[in-house]
Amino acid sequence: MAWGLRGSTAWDHGDVSLYRDTGVVLRVHKLGEADRIITLLTRRHGKVRAVAKGVRRTTSRFGARLEPFGHVDAQFYTGRTLDVITQVETVDAFALPIVGDYQRYTAASAITETADRLTAEEGEPALKLYLLVTGALRALAEGQRDASLVLDAFLLRAMAFAGWAPAITECARCGEPGPHPAFNVQAGGSLCGRCRVPGSVHPAPEVVVLLAALLHGDWTTAEDTTFAVRRDVSGLVAAHLQWHLERQLRSLPFVERRAREAPITGRLGSDGVSGDTEVAGAAQGTRGRDSSEGVAGTGQGA
Amino acid sequence: MYEGVVQDLIDELGRLPGIGPKSAQRIAFHLLATDPADIARLQEILGKVREGVRFCDICGNVSEEERCRICRDARRDPALICVVEEPKDVLAVERTREFRGRYHVLGGALDPLSGVGPDQLRIKELLARIGGEEVSEVIIATDPNTEGEATATYLVRMLRDFPGLTVTRLASGLPMGGDLEFADELTLGRALSGRRAL
Ligand SMILES: [Zn+2]
Ligand SMILES: [Zn+2]
Repeated sequence: MAWGLRGSTAWDHGDVSLYRDTGVVLRVHKLGEADRIITLLTRRHGKVRAVAKGVRRTTSRFGARLEPFGHVDAQFYTGRTLDVITQVETVDAFALPIVGDYQRYTAASAITETADRLTAEEGEPALKLYLLVTGALRALAEGQRDASLVLDAFLLRAMAFAGWAPAITECARCGEPGPHPAFNVQAGGSLCGRCRVPGSVHPAPEVVVLLAALLHGDWTTAEDTTFAVRRDVSGLVAAHLQWHLERQLRSLPFVERRAREAPITGRLGSDGVSGDTEVAGAAQGTRGRDSSEGVAGTGQGA
Repeated sequence: MYEGVVQDLIDELGRLPGIGPKSAQRIAFHLLATDPADIARLQEILGKVREGVRFCDICGNVSEEERCRICRDARRDPALICVVEEPKDVLAVERTREFRGRYHVLGGALDPLSGVGPDQLRIKELLARIGGEEVSEVIIATDPNTEGEATATYLVRMLRDFPGLTVTRLASGLPMGGDLEFADELTLGRALSGRRAL
């Protein structure tokens, strides 16, 4: 035990410091008898993994605040291996409305897993991603938008954050302005007639329009789409994401994709949930133009 | 690092849930100093576990026979099913002495991040049970945390169309974030008797 060799030591208090930050809980892991390791994406410190002591006991004061999807203001002290959470206040209680709806829960899980995977290094600031995650969870908690659309919009923008957003309105190879008829995940997105390569898919024009709308936050256009178009977009977004990630996302195959009527334009949906029709599994070729042929095989659920 | 088999033992113990490197080391050295007869008994039990612990055909709880003690007990009300995540939760509810029905052990909670969806849990078995038996009430006693609440939400959706079935959830009083196994008998008993319909 050569304590003196490393310069700073536990007893000179030089390496013990407190810091405070707001963050969103991405994951929790059990630790020992009643503790948890909490993975947070914070506003200023990027991803932080910290210990929360005693939170699994039902008497814990801050157990509920450190559940997945919680948006909190926390105080940490720097530990030798992991930081320790000493105080927590709730900023937004996103978890409650999210767990009250299974589709929102699965979408939120895919959002937090993606954020976790895109922040390989702990402590590296990721303000943009933090804002994207909190924005997406807020939208899910409020429940006014289709959870599936919220997820796909998040995934597209998170990929842009990581530097590999698909080319949508221009050719991925030569930059020629589009829209273009071919889409190829390996090539980086849309391809013009000259750059087209074998193995490309040919999404319906509405699919390309929806991809662009989600990437740029044009919700009026995004919500005025059919389930079939949304399903194809989800397939392309998932395929693009999985292509760039080393390991598959575990949560993505579990995301519930349900049909939901496009709301009347200009009016925000008044009720997020009750109007939904569940057609998962039975949704093949329902309304509108079924463009699934071109996208099949780029799939989801792999 | 210790030499050879001692380090192997520490490594193996360290893979168990809730045991960190320090605890693993402590247990390993305890075992080294233990009476050979005690070790032999532990070995024998581990051998039996490997040969296969069975799970009750009906409720999924650990059992020595095809059907567990509770499912075989004619005094337990078959119209009442308490749905829990793990066998240890059955013990927690039993300790309250408030519950006279039977159980259904899901085998976990819906947790996409860990690759657990509806098909990985014993949800189909639950639906078959409710469809086939005279069940009048299902009490959802999943953990009061994110995964447990999401599982309850999903179950409610699956169960709401069974005619004449009441679906209830443990009353609040169990704070969010905790594990059911840590709830004391009194709190859990109160949560059980104050359960609310969904
Ligand atoms: Zn081109
Ligand atoms: Zn049984």
